[in-house]
This record gives sequence, C-alpha cells and structure tokens, in this order.
Amino acid sequence: MNITTFLKRGVLIVRVEGELDMHVTDKFRQVIDNALETSGVKHILFNLEAVTFIDSSGLGVILGRYKKINAAGGKVLVAHIQPHVVQIFELSGLLKIIKIYNSEADALESL
Amino acid sequence: MAIKNTITIYLQSLSENVAIARVTTAAFAAQIDFTINDLEEIKVAVSEAVSNVVIHGYGEEQGEIKLIMNLYEDKLEYIIIDYGKGIADVPLARQPSYSSDPERMGLGFVFMESFMDELEVTSEVNRGTTVRMVKNIVPSAAH
Repeated sequence: MNITTFLKRGVLIVRVEGELDMHVTDKFRQVIDNALETSGVKHILFNLEAVTFIDSSGLGVILGRYKKINAAGGKVLVAHIQPHVVQIFELSGLLKIIKIYNSEADALESL
Repeated sequence: MAIKNTITIYLQSLSENVAIARVTTAAFAAQIDFTINDLEEIKVAVSEAVSNVVIHGYGEEQGEIKLIMNLYEDKLEYIIIDYGKGIADVPLARQPSYSSDPERMGLGFVFMESFMDELEVTSEVNRGTTVRMVKNIVPSAAH
C-alpha cells in the first residue's frame, strides 16, 4: 500500500494505492491522523482509484476517520471508487453516511 | 460428492499472510469459470476469515492456521481452522457491528455470509474455531 496526502483548497486529499487489509491498517490510520493533525484541516477526501482490494479492516479505518471528522464538524468525501469497492461500501452501510464522487474536482466542488 | 481437487496450506498467524491466503484461494478458484466479481468476493470472504484468526483467534500469540480448499463438481469449499481462543457465543459474534473496537466494523462474518453461499462457524473456547465457506458453481452464471 502507498498513501499520498496533500492539501487542496483546505481539504486533506488522501490518495491510496494497493491493498487495504489488516496488515496495513495501522500505517494507513497513522499517516492520515498525522496529516490531519499537522494540517489542522476539517475535511478529508479519499481518492480510491488505485485501491485493488479492501476488506472490513480497511473500511474500519475510513469509518474511524469519519467518526473523528464528523464529530469535529468536518466532512469525509470519497472519489474514484472502483466497482468491487463500491459493493463493499454498500454492504457496510458506509454509502449511507459518505458521499461518492466521480472525481476529486467534483468532490471539492461540493464543499 | 467426490472431491475433484484439493489443496491444504498452513499459515503462521501473521498479518502479512492474510494477503497470501486470499491470493491462494483466488488462484484455486480460477480453475473454475468464475467471474472477476466472484473471485473478488471469495478474496474478501477469505480475507475476513483469516483476519479474524490473526486478530481474535490468536491475538498477541502466534499460531497455526490450516486452510483447506476443496473443489467439487458443483461447489468450492474453503475451510479455515485455528487452534486459538475460540468464540464463546458464535451467534452473537456473527451479528453485525459485534466488534467492541470503534476502528473495526464488526462486519467480518457479515461479509463472509454475503459473499459466499454457505457459512458455517463452529468454535470451542480455548480449542479454536473452524469456518467453512462454500461458493456454488453455477454454470449459467459464469458468463
């Protein structure tokens, strides 16, 4: 797994690449939480275009970030989600609380 | 019904082996004319089962995971066996959002159940847990 984080228009953008399972959840969580802390931004946008696999461990990290950010009045957005990942999001109920966008630009536009 | 093909592998309960387990099970499934989506579903189900063993079955300890893959005429069967802590209340553990950790979704068994056609969980405290999952082979659904 590779994660790139950067700031754009006051939003933390997280681009994830590879497989998101329990082996990488600690690193996934730490990178995001560090970036949130150092930047102090309210909103987060996950670009999941290059995610080849995700299970409930990976989803758990996204849910955990949602709880944290939502409690602080921020928003969690997701862009470029792959079909097999959408299915998992749907089944987990995450689609009810997190909005999916076609592109990073569309997601940023919604804020 | 007779087994057409079978492979058994043993894994150490390490998080890096979760990926190896799911890739192996998908490779075993690839001898059937499954769709990409079916293979993805098998990968998620196996990933959840093996993750459960690493996280809950053995926890801080190390142990052995036995993964049996059986191919029958009409179905694929995966059996994941551990000799760890076991589950005291299996029906409760199988419920959604059972996990007490806010970072975990408690959806492992829900995913296994949704993505496979059969799921059987047998467990004994301090003896271990056996998860048996079946994916049916539906010829008409292959294409």
